Amino acid sequence: MSIERDVAAQYGVMRYSLGSLLVNAVTGNRHWKPIWREPEPKPAYDVVIVGGGGHGLATAHYLAKEHGITNVAVVEKSYIGSGNVGRNTTIVRSNYLLPGNLPFYEHSMKLWEGLEQDLNYNAMVSQRGVLNVFHSDPQRDAYARRGNAMRLHGVDAELLDREQVRALVPFVDFDNARFPIRGGLLQKRGGTVRHDAVAWGFARSADSRGVDIIQNCAAIGFRIENGRVLGVETEKGFIGAKKVALSVAGNSTRVAAMAGLRLPIESHAVQAFVTEGVKPVIDVVMTFGAGHFYVSQSDKGGLVFGGDIEGYNSYAQRGNLPVIEDVAEGGMALMPVIGRLRILRSWGGLLDMTMDGSPIIDLTPVEGLYLNAGWCYGGFKATPASGWCFAHLIANSAPHPLAAAYRLDRFARGAVIDEKGMGAQPNLH
Amino acid sequence: MRINCPYCGERALEEFTYRGDATVTRPDSLDAASEPAWVDYVYFRDNPAGRHREHWHHSAGCHAWLVVTRDTRTHEIVAVEFAGKGKLP
Repeated sequence: MSIERDVAAQYGVMRYSLGSLLVNAVTGNRHWKPIWREPEPKPAYDVVIVGGGGHGLATAHYLAKEHGITNVAVVEKSYIGSGNVGRNTTIVRSNYLLPGNLPFYEHSMKLWEGLEQDLNYNAMVSQRGVLNVFHSDPQRDAYARRGNAMRLHGVDAELLDREQVRALVPFVDFDNARFPIRGGLLQKRGGTVRHDAVAWGFARSADSRGVDIIQNCAAIGFRIENGRVLGVETEKGFIGAKKVALSVAGNSTRVAAMAGLRLPIESHAVQAFVTEGVKPVIDVVMTFGAGHFYVSQSDKGGLVFGGDIEGYNSYAQRGNLPVIEDVAEGGMALMPVIGRLRILRSWGGLLDMTMDGSPIIDLTPVEGLYLNAGWCYGGFKATPASGWCFAHLIANSAPHPLAAAYRLDRFARGAVIDEKGMGAQPNLH
Repeated sequence: MRINCPYCGERALEEFTYRGDATVTRPDSLDAASEPAWVDYVYFRDNPAGRHREHWHHSAGCHAWLVVTRDTRTHEIVAVEFAGKGKLP
């Protein structure tokens, strides 16, 4: 703690408290300081993390806090929060089915629950509940199975009947001819977290512990000799490193290729939408899987919603019209009230879609090079556990038990983690 | 994005179903020795940022399988061919 105070004093990072808020409020908010430094890169570090997104910054935070490794740089090609951590729909949940996934995502949920105290940063964690609606007996069976798997792993889950769903979301179309609402699976501890604040909070915490966050500094190559990584070539020159960690989901194929690796990944795009702000209408996160639509309401009042991925390889950070139509139709089928709202914005983000729909946190064939990739469309909720397990992997060169299933060789071993049972077809996961 | 089917002409994206990378080749052999080739065929992809040769099925049209060459950064379509031997289905 004293080291933390020293570093904080050195770099002028102030802790947030009721006192600091009051003092700054009455002094015109003129004395807030930047919450992280903007250093030039040093010639070498113990660890260089490529990718200053949520996962890379969380990794830096946990490397410093849990493993005492602070001689670390995070290199980011743009600015902090410019990638997927600022482009997602902010949902957190741990309602998974398979043993390889459930303990990992539940650990992430627990880290979310303590995140703001851990970071001393308001990330607006809102455990408003995540509700998956169903429409038929077989779907009810599938959700009962999922709920039972969750409870067997100590995760909260409640199977709701039609009237219990009505109490939560009275405005949905319960008697839709094709998809009548028969009930739902509710995870009360799920909800939303302010995505930008997650990036900023992790960045501030890592910086205050001595991590250098270097923005506008793309990695353009790796120096590898005799099968061992020696550092990263960047736009700001060569940075030596004992260990290099890749955390660049969306572009993992391109970055890993610079180290000679080939991955079981296709890049796809997914879109999200936000409407004009309205008074409170929906206080849970609701998903309509059968209709490819999910929705929540932001604290500003806009409905935030999305649907399926675009379905074909893409490096364009935007989508096409058919998915927009599909999402709008899903929204209208589930909650016709949405038809009166105007969409303010839609945008797209890039996904690493793996061949089984599950992520990769593993060593690579290059000594000293570590890989965190393949988050598909679900990376945001995983941010803290991903950083936690990746930091463990980097510090110990051995996988964390919670990420033991996320090995790169699982495809060759036939040990895939296919939540949807779709096979090696990324656009179906 | 619209795809110019050689049989039907230019049609909207909704008429087509995506299958994926058209450059991977299925190994001939089922020997244990060909297992790495199978793993590569089933799971590993070049995933280029740029021109990508990919299979599309004109599922709401003539049911032809097509090989489309498309830029994954811009969605510009450079070429559309039949996936078979270049003949009409």
